[in-house]
Amino acid sequence: MTTTETAPVIPLPARAATTLTGLGALATAASAALPWTWTSDFPGDLTYTGAPAGLQWLAIAAGVLTLVLLLATQGTPGLRWAAPTRSNNAVLLAATGALAVAAYSVTAITVELGGLANLEPGGWILAGGGLLTVLGALGLPLDRRTAVPVRILDKRLFLLLPAAPLGWYGAHAIPDDQPVAPVMTALSGALAIAAGAVLLLQLGHLANSWLRLGKADRPLPPPRRLPSWVEVLVIIAAFGAGLYAITFGIDTEYGELFTGYLLLAALVAAALTRSGLITRLRTLTVQHRPVTTGAAFAAAASFPFTQSSDQYTSVATNILIFATVALGLNIVVGLAGLLDLGYVAFLGVGAYAAALVSGSPASPIHVQFPFWAAMLTGAAVSMVFGVLIGAPTLRLRGDYLAIVTLGFGEIFRITMLNLNGTTGPKVTNGSNGIPRIPDLEILGFDLGKPHTVAGIELGRFSNYYLLMLLVTALVVLVFARVGNSRIGRAWVAIREDETAAEAMGINGFRLKLLAFALGACLAGLAGTVQAHVSYTVTPDQYTFADALPPNSAFLLAAVILGGMGTISGPLVGATLLFLIPKKLEFLSDYQLLAFGAALIVLMRVRPEGLIPNRRRQLEFHEAATPAPPTGEPTALTKAGA
Amino acid sequence: MTTAAAPLLDVTGVTMRFGGLTAVNDVSLTVGEGEIIGLIGPNGAGKTTFFNCLTGLYVPTEGSVRYRGTLLPPKPHLVTQAGIARTFQNIRLFANMTVLENVLVGRHTRTREGVFSAILRGPGYHRAEREGREKAMELLAFTGLAEKADHLARNLPYGEQRKLEIARALASEPGLLLLDEPTAGMNPQETRAAEELVFAIRDKGVSILVIEHDMRFIFNLCDRTAVLVQGEKIVEGDRETVQTDERVITAYLGAPLEGTTPAVTETDQ
Ligand SMILES: Nc1ncnc2c1ncn2[C@@H]1O[C@H](COP(=O)(O)OP(=O)(O)OP(=O)(O)O)[C@@H](O)[C@H]1O
Ligand SMILES: [Mg+2]
Repeated sequence: MTTTETAPVIPLPARAATTLTGLGALATAASAALPWTWTSDFPGDLTYTGAPAGLQWLAIAAGVLTLVLLLATQGTPGLRWAAPTRSNNAVLLAATGALAVAAYSVTAITVELGGLANLEPGGWILAGGGLLTVLGALGLPLDRRTAVPVRILDKRLFLLLPAAPLGWYGAHAIPDDQPVAPVMTALSGALAIAAGAVLLLQLGHLANSWLRLGKADRPLPPPRRLPSWVEVLVIIAAFGAGLYAITFGIDTEYGELFTGYLLLAALVAAALTRSGLITRLRTLTVQHRPVTTGAAFAAAASFPFTQSSDQYTSVATNILIFATVALGLNIVVGLAGLLDLGYVAFLGVGAYAAALVSGSPASPIHVQFPFWAAMLTGAAVSMVFGVLIGAPTLRLRGDYLAIVTLGFGEIFRITMLNLNGTTGPKVTNGSNGIPRIPDLEILGFDLGKPHTVAGIELGRFSNYYLLMLLVTALVVLVFARVGNSRIGRAWVAIREDETAAEAMGINGFRLKLLAFALGACLAGLAGTVQAHVSYTVTPDQYTFADALPPNSAFLLAAVILGGMGTISGPLVGATLLFLIPKKLEFLSDYQLLAFGAALIVLMRVRPEGLIPNRRRQLEFHEAATPAPPTGEPTALTKAGA
Repeated sequence: MTTAAAPLLDVTGVTMRFGGLTAVNDVSLTVGEGEIIGLIGPNGAGKTTFFNCLTGLYVPTEGSVRYRGTLLPPKPHLVTQAGIARTFQNIRLFANMTVLENVLVGRHTRTREGVFSAILRGPGYHRAEREGREKAMELLAFTGLAEKADHLARNLPYGEQRKLEIARALASEPGLLLLDEPTAGMNPQETRAAEELVFAIRDKGVSILVIEHDMRFIFNLCDRTAVLVQGEKIVEGDRETVQTDERVITAYLGAPLEGTTPAVTETDQ
């Protein structure tokens, strides 16, 4: 157990620290009113006075939030609700958000336009403001650990530092036409990355032992009881704010803005968690479950109404498809604990089934099922495949299943490729897929045509978005209800200890098969909508790993990153995993690398996922819970069973 | 098939071989209605293996197990469904589920609600769920864990984890309960409490077959005790018969079987 104290990192008089933070936050926000750069070449056009754009809005948000949290922790009447814990660490996190936006913006302008000369006074104020905020916040009394040993990495690792430029030089000294050139380039690249990692790690350790920031056990004061309708309004407002924040992220038009947005969003989330606001909100949502569900659904449903064109509703529709499939996978992985590496194939089965009965001229079956029948077909066919794959494999335990499902995923894709009329019967047109899938028509409502609702025109993607939202809601309902029932408990029991579960009368094989079939069925359901949304189904949409979701690897990542066994976890994880590659196309070649690195960091910092299951949080962060039992209850040897 | 005189559990000639090792050798045993039977023996004698043969975790190489006159299939969940529940020597709770959820899982075979019922949540579902919770809470009260219903199983102290294993096993409404070293790792007070608990369970009409190393516990509780040495049942009978048996004394290295001799009460985990 580490002990904590409350002390500033930079010894400043309390008054000075507060003033400095406040002034810095104000400057950060105010800089947005001035031009940051002189040319409109930088995306977003930051050249106007008094008309903030793009990144400048982020600076305003960061500045204002820091200010609000600062005033709240100082006990300003009327603002105290924003920081029930009164932790200055929340202020520091928000201030770091301001600095992150400032540093990122200034760097991006400097690098993209070539030099600091491109900064206008607004840019300088921004940089200064960001720095001041953090310096001031470091002078506030912070929750810190009393002792953190200085850690120095293995000294031999530092040999990498000079080796990196040497390797680099070596690679460039060899003429390109030499056969070893690519090898040397790769080698030097690897050296440079390794050296960078060592440097960053060491800097991280040093910063950690200097800052010693920690989390003190700050009990939340009991919430003030508000009239019920006010609490409901608060929940609605919170979801409104959430919708606004997510809409902002989806609507970002260029990678720079999205990067800034992600940085700020992560730090704001951390700040609000530390301030205790999130816990407060969660308490409210638990008290008003139906309102919360309704508000969440309403917020999601109003997304298309915030859009002036279909450009981002198409993104949002695909996010919904991806998130829904991830939630289905969460039944298999998160609840029943079965590692399925080929899950995307079930989406594919559903999509192909729907495409074949859609009336597409390319389908060999010349039928056009009505919408509901097509959906049932997709779900049913997918479920049958789930049972067919599961039945022979689910009797095995452990890693076999992962291998077999991985194989099944690939077999599905290759089979779809081969049913092209030359290498097999003509069913799927091979790599050309089944194109020209007609739009759905539900009760005379053509989803392919724009419709005007409440004065707002909803385009094709908006229609599909709303349809998909219904499917998502259905999957959420199934997950929530089945997960919290006799069947769901049996799944979790199997995940926890299959032998003990069987000794409690659970038919392990049958329940695993049920999880597999239900998961497949839900993915198939999503697939039927996906086929219509994307007009065409092709085999290469359903691979194991790819730079773009959905694919099995990304689905699994969404579940694990978001939080296994939860509902909101995979939804959040899928949204992030969809948006990041979509928005950061400039990373292109390094996308997967950056992605892998980010995942490793996240899993290191937050192994239970972004939105932890109540259970898993307890599992990974034992310190906060009562002392664990003295015995060794989980020695799972068969001999001792 | 069932005759009035048939014992609750009738094990005939069970043998379990692992390759060349015969862990259990031709063991026969009966447990009657309302009996508490003890099973003792030195470490590695094959007691746990014998339990595993009864509960379908292992398929015995030879021999048969009958419960209420019917042959038991070697499938754990079918055995539990038939009415035999068990606990484990090295506790195997569902560590990341709450105490209440652990017991509810124990009721799995006594409830029917499937996926559709769970999704539709009709009145039948709610009734079953409510009944399940009531019964589970009753069992938690019975074992003295009611206060901890919402704790994670992994956070319970050791003694309470053992109690929870018993509550979970009882949730399947068994006719016969197999306890594998229920007092291992407990202090004397806890052991006394466990004795009371075993009697209380028997008074509910559940027969018990218990493995223990604590001789006082065994002789206080059991109507009969069987001794297993190197996979073979060398003697079976009441306290007198077992304590005075030459082979039992030699098997326990000549240690007198009075009270709680360290060499005997010590358990290996
Ligand atoms: N799955 C298995 N494979 C091989 N050998 C096994 C297996 N299970 C048990 N054994 C062996 O069978 C013998 C009996 O083991 P068992 O666990 O039944 O003893 P026990 O009487 O329960 O002892 P303890 O008092 O230590 O619990 C041991 O030699 C053990 O190594
Ligand atoms: Mg044993």
